[in-house]
Amino acid sequence: MAVMAESVAAQVKRSSLWTRAFESRNFLGAMFMVPAIAILILFLAYPLALGFWLGLTDTKIGGAGRYIGFQNFVSLAKDSVFWLSVFNTIFYTVTASVVKFAVGLYLALLLNERLPFKSMIRAIVLLPFVVPTVLSAIAFWWIYDSQFSIISWVLIKAGLITRYIDFLGDPWNARWSVVAANIWRGVPFVAITLLAGLQTISPSLYEAANLDGATNLQRFRHITLPMLSPIIAVVMTFSVLMTFTDFQLIYTITRGGPINSTHLMATLSFQRAITGGNLGEGAAISNAMIPFLVAAILLSFFGLQRSRWQQGGRD
Amino acid sequence: MSSVQIRDVRKSFGNFEVLHGVSIPIEDGQFVVLVGPSGCGKSTLLRMLAGLENITSGTISIGDRVVNNIQPKERDIAMVFQNYALYPHMTVGENMGFSMKLRGESTGEINKRVKRAAEILALSPLLERYPRQLSGGQRQRVAMGRAIVRDPQVFLFDEPLSNLDAKLRVAMRTEIKELHQRLKTTTVYVTHDQIEAMTMADKIVVMHDGIVEQMGTPLELYDKPENQFVAGFIGSPAMNFLKGHVRVNGVATFEGPNGVKLPLKNAPAASDGRPAVYGVRPEHFTIADDGAEAEIVVVEPTGSETQVFAKVGGEQVVAVFRERHQFNPGDKVRLKPDPSVVHLFDEATGKRM
Repeated sequence: MAVMAESVAAQVKRSSLWTRAFESRNFLGAMFMVPAIAILILFLAYPLALGFWLGLTDTKIGGAGRYIGFQNFVSLAKDSVFWLSVFNTIFYTVTASVVKFAVGLYLALLLNERLPFKSMIRAIVLLPFVVPTVLSAIAFWWIYDSQFSIISWVLIKAGLITRYIDFLGDPWNARWSVVAANIWRGVPFVAITLLAGLQTISPSLYEAANLDGATNLQRFRHITLPMLSPIIAVVMTFSVLMTFTDFQLIYTITRGGPINSTHLMATLSFQRAITGGNLGEGAAISNAMIPFLVAAILLSFFGLQRSRWQQGGRD
Repeated sequence: MSSVQIRDVRKSFGNFEVLHGVSIPIEDGQFVVLVGPSGCGKSTLLRMLAGLENITSGTISIGDRVVNNIQPKERDIAMVFQNYALYPHMTVGENMGFSMKLRGESTGEINKRVKRAAEILALSPLLERYPRQLSGGQRQRVAMGRAIVRDPQVFLFDEPLSNLDAKLRVAMRTEIKELHQRLKTTTVYVTHDQIEAMTMADKIVVMHDGIVEQMGTPLELYDKPENQFVAGFIGSPAMNFLKGHVRVNGVATFEGPNGVKLPLKNAPAASDGRPAVYGVRPEHFTIADDGAEAEIVVVEPTGSETQVFAKVGGEQVVAVFRERHQFNPGDKVRLKPDPSVVHLFDEATGKRM
């Protein structure tokens, strides 16, 4: 044994550093991770860090900025348009997410039943998700148009109203309009994901509950909802994050108007940075979204923590 | 507790009829096992009894109440599912008490009943656990506990042991039988395993292709199978069948494949020359000088007994001996069926002659 060990040691000594490196588990592991890390650094970490840095400078388009500390944030704190955009973003996210969840869950439950043309209906439900956002936003722009709105036209023909509705000219009308467009676009994601979750629930659980004497409502309350809760947490986290950072719909339909009443933080950031040329200030607005997003992620992180019944093994 | 009457029950899925008029009387307190190969309709029948499937025609009554149009929860039955169907997000105790909770009974009463059922099934230390933290056998017991807590008129079991390993299956078999002896609740038990059926049942119902082939006590079915299907299904290893003709000239004999002569106790009337199937169980062979010539193919000792596969008249048969014969493949022996326990079946209809 000792002789063998010596000869192996001698061999190792003779082999070059290069060969030994490629036989080392740690070195190889690090090498395999390099491409992924490079991509992450180049396209995620670097832009994020640059965004942070820009937020602390007074960079304008065409000119190198200088470090000004938290001055951008101080001026934003006194900026009523910024605070309006914060309010709009929260309003937009909360109302749209709540309705998307309710409608999505309802659709998922419906699609989980035996329906005629089920697969066709499922495909139709997915449509809003498939259409490029800008195209559907333009369609909504027409639907909400002050002269050609099909909604106003139908309501007038039906004799329910006498004047065309000014969907995008009035602040609250405009807010509800973009919320409606966002709901239309976001429901399929929620519905299809929840449907996938529903289909993992064993039918025998419902049969057992049926024999145990549960009514439809009790089955939903005691079986469906608790079994679905992990999926709900994931779906709603994604839904909230996507809604909070929404840009395309607003920018296409209202560009933040009328009088900034539909400006979200994302659209305001873009307007100040790119349209207005104040890269520093725009970056600061983007940075201001981070605490909200982190809060949302933390909330779902704790919500997502597997409840005790999901953990396997013995205690 | 109640009796159960199944009268001329049929079930169709679309145009496809899977049960063709099944009638089974079940007495109060009886342990009835529905057994048959997969696809014979036994599980469908059980689910109809539970109310999980509609009854196409015929009637099912529990006690003296026809339950065709009564909701599952009103039927006062409890069912143990093949996959147990335990609610994964509820503890063992909550699982067992769920039906009482839905009925709005007081927490005290629920706890009392759950505790009693847990004691019967030795589940008391596990009441706070979740199903995921239990072994297969424990889950199986929780599923039974859930049924016991409800104190129903009838217990239904749908292949409850098929997800367990062989050793546990044997142990749970005994446990279920013991439980029935203790509670005396009418039980309908579905399985495809004839050993489960034989060991547990008061009455076995053998089903095949949507009809009842035979009903009776385990030993009736073993001793007097009404047809070739039941004969082949009950008993392990399965009964040997040899095709041939009945010969009556002086003494009744059976002329098997390639002219092999096999003994008969007495031939059915007017059966000389009739084509028939000769059935003999593996355990009813002996080695005797006047037996049929056989060549041994494979010998499988299991310790308590030895299974011998041999060719008789070119056909393979299996024989089981409790004595330890020294056999080797290729040996020529003389196998003699015990004529008092052989079975004759009509070759065309498969009916007992």
